[in-house]
Amino acid sequence: MNDSTTLIYAIVLLAALGLVLALILYLVAQKFKVEEDPRIDQVADALPGANCGACGKAGCRDMAVQIVKDPAYTGCPVCNEENVARIAEILGRVPEKKDPMIAVLRCKGGKINTEGKVRFEGLPSCSYANSVLTTESGCPFGCIGFGDCTAVCAFDALHINPLTGLPETDPDKCTACGACTKACPRGILEIRKRRDEEGRVYVGCMNKQKGVYSAKVCKVSCIGCGKCVKTCPQNAITLENNLAYVNDALCISCQACVEACPTHAMTIMPLDKKKAPAAPEATAQTI
Amino acid sequence: MKTFNIGGVHPHDSKLNADAPVKELPVPQQVCVMVSQHLGAPSQPIVKKGDKVKVGTVLTSNEAFLGAVVHSPVSGTVNKIADVVDASNYPKPAIFIDVEGDEWEDDIDRTPDIKREITLDAQEIIQRVKEKGIVGMGGACFPTHVKLMPPKDAKAEFLLLNGVECEPYLTCDYRLMLDHAEEIMIGATILMKALDVKQAIVGIEANKPKAIEHMSEIAKKYPGVSVQALKMKYPQGAEKQLIKALTGRAVPSGKLPINVGCVVDNVATCYAVYQAVQKNMPLIQRMVTVTGPCVSEPTNFLARLGSPVSAFLDAVGGVPENTGKVISGGPMMGKAIMNTEVSSVKGMSGILVLPEESAHRLPLYPCIRCGKCVEACPMGLEPYLIASTTMAKAFEQTEKAKVMDCIECGCCQFTCPANRPLLDCLKLGKATVGKIIRARNAK
Repeated sequence: MNDSTTLIYAIVLLAALGLVLALILYLVAQKFKVEEDPRIDQVADALPGANCGACGKAGCRDMAVQIVKDPAYTGCPVCNEENVARIAEILGRVPEKKDPMIAVLRCKGGKINTEGKVRFEGLPSCSYANSVLTTESGCPFGCIGFGDCTAVCAFDALHINPLTGLPETDPDKCTACGACTKACPRGILEIRKRRDEEGRVYVGCMNKQKGVYSAKVCKVSCIGCGKCVKTCPQNAITLENNLAYVNDALCISCQACVEACPTHAMTIMPLDKKKAPAAPEATAQTI
Repeated sequence: MKTFNIGGVHPHDSKLNADAPVKELPVPQQVCVMVSQHLGAPSQPIVKKGDKVKVGTVLTSNEAFLGAVVHSPVSGTVNKIADVVDASNYPKPAIFIDVEGDEWEDDIDRTPDIKREITLDAQEIIQRVKEKGIVGMGGACFPTHVKLMPPKDAKAEFLLLNGVECEPYLTCDYRLMLDHAEEIMIGATILMKALDVKQAIVGIEANKPKAIEHMSEIAKKYPGVSVQALKMKYPQGAEKQLIKALTGRAVPSGKLPINVGCVVDNVATCYAVYQAVQKNMPLIQRMVTVTGPCVSEPTNFLARLGSPVSAFLDAVGGVPENTGKVISGGPMMGKAIMNTEVSSVKGMSGILVLPEESAHRLPLYPCIRCGKCVEACPMGLEPYLIASTTMAKAFEQTEKAKVMDCIECGCCQFTCPANRPLLDCLKLGKATVGKIIRARNAK
């Protein structure tokens, strides 16, 4: 046997072996084939892909499976209009209309409006600080400002403003996934309607103490005076435990309450949507 | 000399002016009695605005098993029932009483005579202890009657009395042992009768030789009670460590002292039990150490509950100028208080005033894996591991590292050369894992 025949044998043998194994693989693949809807991959592509977990599923692909399988499923809580439209197109459904939402911080205390009476030097974690003290100013309901919420934001939309010491939402990035609302040990963050055009109105305070106590710890606390309740044309505001709350479903952003609030706890965001303060009426008694 | 076997640290004991006599704190114009002053189910006030109360009148009710009532520490009129901030500034319900005179309930025996004969039986003792609102006076405020009712499958063999006072600065238990040794011994005998145990051991650390001598002398007259000197080591006053030191028994993870046949009570609790059972006196006053390196005359005060912290500070000549922090309790386990208007409660054993230079945390450095915290942990845990898993939110790992065994003594943080906030992380981990476990058990 010379060298060339050895070479040919080897090539033929390997080629034959390859063919046989390929055939086996092909048959096995046919036998155990998993039928998967090709739309699942397409839907997964159309989802934001942050795997934020706001929907409660294991990730975006798991969510895609659910969306394709169940036509009644309401869908991803963080999708914007574009995402929703693309998914609707892939599945041939009518795009679901939903109000765009955003996370709002219902506390305006921070470094500017409250006065620190003690200094906390322990572990800079809101959930720990919450267990040992109220806040440095003494408000038992306000933002502690160590940023447990900013740490969990998967969209880089929450940042502590060093001036105020409070977290601020970046409206361009926030998808209202709600991770921050769960991370906050005091439940100060709330997901509300975005209302970029007319402005979102909410009470920037969570203090359920009586007015005398809440006013002591913060300049802009809700003192439970009830002026907003009387002013609201929509009856959207309720007062419970010395604290007002604006019902998001009824609010029309008329801003009557924002003007009426004596402590400026009633807030409108974005700030440039705020109506200019009414010019003082000219009186006849000018001398 | 006996001590517990693993971990522990040796902070300087700083027992300032311990031999000074006890002073009585003047009764303030108005007291503010916190409605719930114990560990367990909250109490409800049963008096209302305008009610006249005497010293010893019951102010709250509590039907729960793990509950304790509060009695009026003064006589006068209930001014209001309102929320008041506690040491951490959270609002809690409290009863404000305007003081008028000093009239006591008729059934309280205020004579200084020592009443040695125990007439009540075990059940009556337990009932009396519950009625008189006795809780653990070491700081945890665990209702004492609960300790006296062990579960059916467990039997107490030893009553251990905690006269260790391993916290630096505090001297109130020391004073009590010198001034009221006889009463403590009778209290111990009462507790032994209630628990049906034959042996009681008083543990006292070696830095209190006078107390050891005096208590040993008195103990000779009381059968079954003995005094054991212990080597100085923090946290010897912790329940499980004291059991190990005095009996050599180790409480298994997740079990209670009663599972190894021990019941531990503070000497101050023992004194309160004597007062309640023999003199019908509810828990309305306690010994409070007011101390600190800059306090001109550190003193032990016998004070009515509900006196504001500021009254104590005034009594020692005001807050020193360079004060940085005021702590309720000792420096190791005490808690900084946010304002001095908070009122004293059953568990407040001391008021420690620290100067500015020692009130702050030291600069933080990275962990160098030296393992000192592991060496110091009296529960045999790995504090660095628990801290890092907590910070990484890997709570399954935190649970596996036995965070629930942590007694929050602070040895790890005390010994850490990098000043890591280990205790903070441990407390956070323990609270979070506790929540997870409760949620799991609820399913």
